[in-house]
Amino acid sequence: MAIKKFAVGCFDEEGVLFDAVKRVRKAGYKLHDVYTPFPIHGLDKVMGLRDTSIHTAGFIYAVFGTVTALSFMTWVFTSDWPLNIGGKPMFALPAWIPIMFEFTVLCSCVGMVLTFCYLCQLAPFVRKHHFHLRSTDDLFVMVIECTPKTSEAEVSTFLGTIGAKEINVQRAETGWWLGRYDREQKLLDTRTETVTVH
Amino acid sequence: MALLKYESQVRPPLVEGNKDYHQVTEDIVRPIEAPPSRLWWIGFLISVALLLFGIYSVYREVTYGVGQWNLNKTIGWGWDITNFVWWVGIGHAGTLISAILLLFRQGWRTGVNRAAEAMTIFAVMCAGQFPIWHMGRVWMAFFVLPYPNTRGPLWVNFNSPLLWDVFAISTYFTVSLLFWYSGLIPDLATVRDRARLKWRKAMYGVLSFGWTGSTKHWQRHESLSLVLAGLSTPLVLSVHTVVSFDFATSVIPGWHTTIFPPYFVAGAIFSGFAMVQTLLVVTRKVLHLEEYITMEHIEVMNKVIVLTGSIVGIAYLTELFVAWYGQNKYEGWAFMENRANLFSPYGWAYWLMMSCNVLSPQIFWFRKLRRNLTVTFFMSVIVNIGMWFERFVIIVTSLYRDYLPSSWSTYYTPTIWEIGFYLGTFGLFFTCFFLFAKFFPVIALAEIKHILKKSGENYKAHAADIDRKPTSEFFEETHETNHH
Repeated sequence: MAIKKFAVGCFDEEGVLFDAVKRVRKAGYKLHDVYTPFPIHGLDKVMGLRDTSIHTAGFIYAVFGTVTALSFMTWVFTSDWPLNIGGKPMFALPAWIPIMFEFTVLCSCVGMVLTFCYLCQLAPFVRKHHFHLRSTDDLFVMVIECTPKTSEAEVSTFLGTIGAKEINVQRAETGWWLGRYDREQKLLDTRTETVTVH
Repeated sequence: MALLKYESQVRPPLVEGNKDYHQVTEDIVRPIEAPPSRLWWIGFLISVALLLFGIYSVYREVTYGVGQWNLNKTIGWGWDITNFVWWVGIGHAGTLISAILLLFRQGWRTGVNRAAEAMTIFAVMCAGQFPIWHMGRVWMAFFVLPYPNTRGPLWVNFNSPLLWDVFAISTYFTVSLLFWYSGLIPDLATVRDRARLKWRKAMYGVLSFGWTGSTKHWQRHESLSLVLAGLSTPLVLSVHTVVSFDFATSVIPGWHTTIFPPYFVAGAIFSGFAMVQTLLVVTRKVLHLEEYITMEHIEVMNKVIVLTGSIVGIAYLTELFVAWYGQNKYEGWAFMENRANLFSPYGWAYWLMMSCNVLSPQIFWFRKLRRNLTVTFFMSVIVNIGMWFERFVIIVTSLYRDYLPSSWSTYYTPTIWEIGFYLGTFGLFFTCFFLFAKFFPVIALAEIKHILKKSGENYKAHAADIDRKPTSEFFEETHETNHH
């Protein structure tokens, strides 16, 4: 991925943040992302993000699980090695319901979690740029990408007017790389050029 | 504003004290960052000692065979399966709290769900040990998996409840683990970003999977949690149902009853909540989390205990009634003579179970006792003793007098290695729990912060202010931005 330049504004109040996001979008700035310490309901809507389809993926995995379990047990007990168990039918559907159910749930859950990790690019040793260390603590960090049309000074000033408490400009890698958080921490300091706004 | 939900005036806040987001982080992460206390070391070392004794007991059992245990011709299942069912039951509370209460929108679950889920996972780990080592030739344990083999291929019996159990328990363990860990990732990122020591940064950096808190990620995370909760809800109910099928689908008098699935599930929730109480009453005190795991939490869980304990009581009475009403000689004997008769060899176990599970929880009808920590702690232990005896009664009193009266004289008592195995699982459970309490946030940080606006004292005035704005205004605005 590329290294880009970002204006970063930190908010400490969700109410302000909502309005700020709306105003950034109205002004036409390129909103990169908002990093929050906990999920804020409605923020995705305000940012104009579309709904996630991860539950649809979960449904597909579930259907795969049910079909696999049923067809495998049917094949085993009716054609591959039919066993006479207490004279019961070879195709013993009621007795297979527990395993079909468990396998459905297993496939759906494992599949969804893997999909989630893939979509969010989460894995051990994956390293990403942090715009602010307190974005996992108590700050809501809004990141606006500086394009050739929008100068960093302009965006920084704008962030101040919409209520950001702390503003700085950072050059950052947008993708992930492999690394460890105990190294490379200095990158965060060297890349920051702080602009104070009251 | 619509995102700030209405809060009931009669309910006390879920989080006590004047907290802001940073204070929540401080309170919950501080125990992780501080060096372990002397108390922690004592508890941890005792647990490890128990674990080592358990490992030695299992070593003897593997080396010399299942004969190291006192199982005999009629009692093929003794302490091992009793302990298995007991631990699985305990492992029900965590996922119940995090899944079913999430779907029911019970805000109070946020204070206790993380620790309860951890407890679930450790309990299921302990439970899994018993059927595995009971196999005797444990190196052939993989025979329970349906894999293409050179013996035919001869497949496993998909019609057998014992195989359903393999699927149910392994699925439950996997799903609980994924649910727990996906919830932990953001909280581990919080710990990572506060870390100053090198090894901490490295360790929590690896554990937190590179979480940043991006809005899109949170959106997916929320959706994932909700669907996992939706899937886990029937799963929780199915696991102990399947365990009860191990008994109910057999033709042994005392096991062959249709009431078992709901009765086992209620019992599982009952014992699970009791174990949560045992752990949290101590944890909140030691880690100073009284403002997060409040008296309200303790009281609500005590209400669940009295409810499920009473359901279990009704199940016991129903069993007796059906045994009488059904007029089946063998079933009548199993219930009336082998169990309910106080002077039969195991009558004491039945009445111990009755008094621990049915009578003693009734004290929780009184508010004062529900809110008393000492009473809560002792009751939680008593409930789990009672629930252990329930499984012991079900297994042993149904087996020890079979259809051949000449084998009736055998009275089953465990050997030291059977007891050692059980103590070993306590060691495993508490070793894991001590490590968890030391290295992981025991309270779901992000979830507490999420409900803080609704319940935190110092946000209420502000929230009321924003609430005065008409909601339609907000909806129109969001709707409009959505279409751009």
